[in-house]
Amino acid sequence: MESESNKILNAFTQSEYKYGFITDIETDMAPEGLNEDIIRFISEKKQEPAFLLEFRLKSYRYWLTMKEPKWANIHYPKIDFQDIIYYAAPGKKKIPGSLDEVDPELLDTFNKLGISLNEQKKLTGVAVDAVMDSVSVKTTFSETLLKLGIIFCSFSEAVKNHPDLIKQYMGTVVPYTDNYFATLNSAVFTDGSFCYIPKGVRCPVELSTYFRINAANTGQFERTLIIAEEGAYVSYMEGCTAPQRDTNQLHAAIVEIIALKDAEVKYATVQNWYPGNKKGEGGIYNFVTKRGICKGNNSRISWTQVETGSAITWKYPSCILLGDNSVGEFYSVAVANNFQQADTGTKMQHLGKNTRSTIISKGISGGNGNNSYRGLVRIAKNAVNSRNYSQCDSLLLGNKCGAHTFPYIQVENKSSIVEHEATTSKISEDQLFYCQQRGIDMESAIGLIVNGYAKEVLNKLPMEFAMEAQKLLSVSLEGSVG
Amino acid sequence: MKEIKTDTKEIISKERMIGLFEKNREGLFMTDSEFMSRIRKDAMERFRELGFPTTKLEEWKNTDLKASLEKGYGYYLHPVIDVDVQKVFHCNIPHLDTAIIAQLNGWYVSKDVPLMELGNGMILGSLAEAFKEYPRIIEKYYGKYADFTSSGLTALNTAFAQDGIFIYVPDNVSSQKTIQMVNVIHHPESIFLQSRNLIILGKNSRISLVHCDDSYNQQASFANIVTEVFIGENASLDHYKLQNMNNDSTLISSVYFNLEQAANLESHFISFNGGLLRNNTRILFNGKGGTANVRGLYLMDRKQHIDNHVFVDHANPECTSSELFKGILDENASGVFNGHVLVRRNAQKTNAYQGNKNILLTDTARVNSKPFLEIYADDVKCSHGSATGQLDSEAMFYLRQRGISEENARMLLMYAFANEVISKISIEPLRLRIEDMVKKRLRGELSVCEHCVLHCNTPERPLEFDIDVTKI
Repeated sequence: MESESNKILNAFTQSEYKYGFITDIETDMAPEGLNEDIIRFISEKKQEPAFLLEFRLKSYRYWLTMKEPKWANIHYPKIDFQDIIYYAAPGKKKIPGSLDEVDPELLDTFNKLGISLNEQKKLTGVAVDAVMDSVSVKTTFSETLLKLGIIFCSFSEAVKNHPDLIKQYMGTVVPYTDNYFATLNSAVFTDGSFCYIPKGVRCPVELSTYFRINAANTGQFERTLIIAEEGAYVSYMEGCTAPQRDTNQLHAAIVEIIALKDAEVKYATVQNWYPGNKKGEGGIYNFVTKRGICKGNNSRISWTQVETGSAITWKYPSCILLGDNSVGEFYSVAVANNFQQADTGTKMQHLGKNTRSTIISKGISGGNGNNSYRGLVRIAKNAVNSRNYSQCDSLLLGNKCGAHTFPYIQVENKSSIVEHEATTSKISEDQLFYCQQRGIDMESAIGLIVNGYAKEVLNKLPMEFAMEAQKLLSVSLEGSVG
Repeated sequence: MKEIKTDTKEIISKERMIGLFEKNREGLFMTDSEFMSRIRKDAMERFRELGFPTTKLEEWKNTDLKASLEKGYGYYLHPVIDVDVQKVFHCNIPHLDTAIIAQLNGWYVSKDVPLMELGNGMILGSLAEAFKEYPRIIEKYYGKYADFTSSGLTALNTAFAQDGIFIYVPDNVSSQKTIQMVNVIHHPESIFLQSRNLIILGKNSRISLVHCDDSYNQQASFANIVTEVFIGENASLDHYKLQNMNNDSTLISSVYFNLEQAANLESHFISFNGGLLRNNTRILFNGKGGTANVRGLYLMDRKQHIDNHVFVDHANPECTSSELFKGILDENASGVFNGHVLVRRNAQKTNAYQGNKNILLTDTARVNSKPFLEIYADDVKCSHGSATGQLDSEAMFYLRQRGISEENARMLLMYAFANEVISKISIEPLRLRIEDMVKKRLRGELSVCEHCVLHCNTPERPLEFDIDVTKI
């Protein structure tokens, strides 16, 4: 069985990245490097109001005083922040009104990825805000949503049309001083998504955005802001696949979620940036700051993520449970194959009374990959009767990979209960034997077991995503058993 | 001997310790062998770089030594004995026959001779004496396991190490008698002390060791103790560490266990009292097939702070480790558990478990729990669990329903919680004694007193529950 599985392991680790292709579109770029002039250039290009330029400059000046964090369990060559192009927009300057106006080559790219805007619009009822190289190209369903008062548009449009909301909420959950990469993002962010659900409105469709990194050597710095007013509900999905590149690309995004009284926000991600080749060359560096605040009583924020891509993932979607009875959830499947490194987890800050949080994290390591769960559960003194349950499992699929768990638990009152469990083990030989004995080949058996292992999390994804995620998981991992 | 000490009021600082070392290196350490002076020199160099740990270090994030260091202590470079040794060291664990070796303020106290060689070849006694008498054993083992390159406190201890306890068990020797190491801190002034212990178990040997840290009065103290334990092939050590210090004491105890092939370690850390207690336990599996079970129980109240750090290095295959630390925190006490299991690439067939359970009795008590797993091998079974909460309300209801008073029910539940650790103590008289101590502690009757853990002259009246628990 040993050699058999090795063969399969080799077959899969040698398979090339399926989504690696480059779209040849003319882009409008800023010169390489980072200084105040570049920031002014970005701001001017985007015709931003003065307060935003101020915010950017303030962030940049603060960033200059900061040091790159070294605490994560990841290793990478030093990033030269002067060797990055901070702004690249697709050549088309006009925002298309309908699909016909969209560059056919761009549409073709999405078709290769299996997402036809057309089809999605007609058949699935999903409004897709496609972000290609930092500028939103196409927003569908906006008009339908507008009738309900829902604002779902690119961040730049929101800056133009709803500057008050931006001014009121931007930087309130992730302040510009938060961390090295968030501060960098605050200085140079180019675009992203904006979503506002008014009071009492239940968003009838799953909102979805696709981010793609396209032009070579351009870091991408999105910023997403989701605001759910009192009693509102929204399910938001974000997914990404990136073309194959030889040099490393930096991705430092920010996602901020604000849930007011009785509101509920579900945020799901499937992340499949280019992970680098089997020698560990290339791949995306993904340093993301995602944080939500349950500001009002009885509010609820749920993060679901499937992380299969990126050479480096540094990402901790977190919840600040400020409102009484608020609920935070985190469901994650993270895969590290070949030379991928993932350091991911969550922070649950319990501040309000009777707050509850659940953490389910499933790490899968194969090849030379390293997967770390790093999480904090903090129950503050006033968060009486709070409850947390965490479960972090790791599955090891080879003898050169690593799986690590770094939970931090802080409890400061007597009425709360915090439970944490974690297990690490290799894929069960008994289960493999059982499947094979029944005529299921090795490869399918592993797919079956891994999918079963991750089921708890995949179940939390919206239907369309669940299918994609399952496929992705199989592609990333099939058979990589030692 | 001329008294060498520094001002009592002075705080402990890096500069003070470097100065003290430089000033006395000629006089005090000139009798050192070449081997010893080299170690001291290297360790001092390292201490200059590292200094005392601060909360900026991940390892010390939740334990701040600043206030303790600044209390002001005297430092003695020679033994100070001004109490009647006979009076201090009365062992009274009923029905337990032990071989006692004692330390007072970090110095070996000899009733007869500094080093005893027993009939079976075992050597017990003063480390300072062993430096002179057994240089070959010292050179083979000393300083090999307590890695001073990564810890400022261990580096400082290594630079200054003068005395402590030395135990050597030759191959194939099993001691029936439990060995009891007692370290008592008793001085009219506040003192900073460092002691160093070296324990060596040869192949196939087996001993039980009870290691107590006690204070004898209410004076503040700061103790930095390093213990190196070598457990040879197929040897077995049953280790108990009992701590009962006063509320102004700071105790940093670093124990480095080295386990050779198929070696076996059972270790228990029972902390009853102490101002700031920090236990650094490092276990290295230096051969295949070793087993280590580490258990801990801490019962803290007032402003006491306990920090248990356990690092298990699975450097070799087929080893099993298990940790279980349980604590009850009352009033303003704070507890820290930091477990770190590292499974290296070749350490296949590893089994590792970490468990930490805490009960918080008040809203001002705090817990920080960090059970880390770092795994680079694939054929392993590793898990951890951490839970923090309060007494089970359903269990409480069950007991109350049966007419047991609330206070008694609470006691019973807390006792049951602690019993998971106590019941694993295999020396029966010791277990009974600790059971009794825990009961007293839970009722708040056990404060640190001149009659500390195991050498009470007048054992307090045995404590019984108000109800007969056997009939429940």
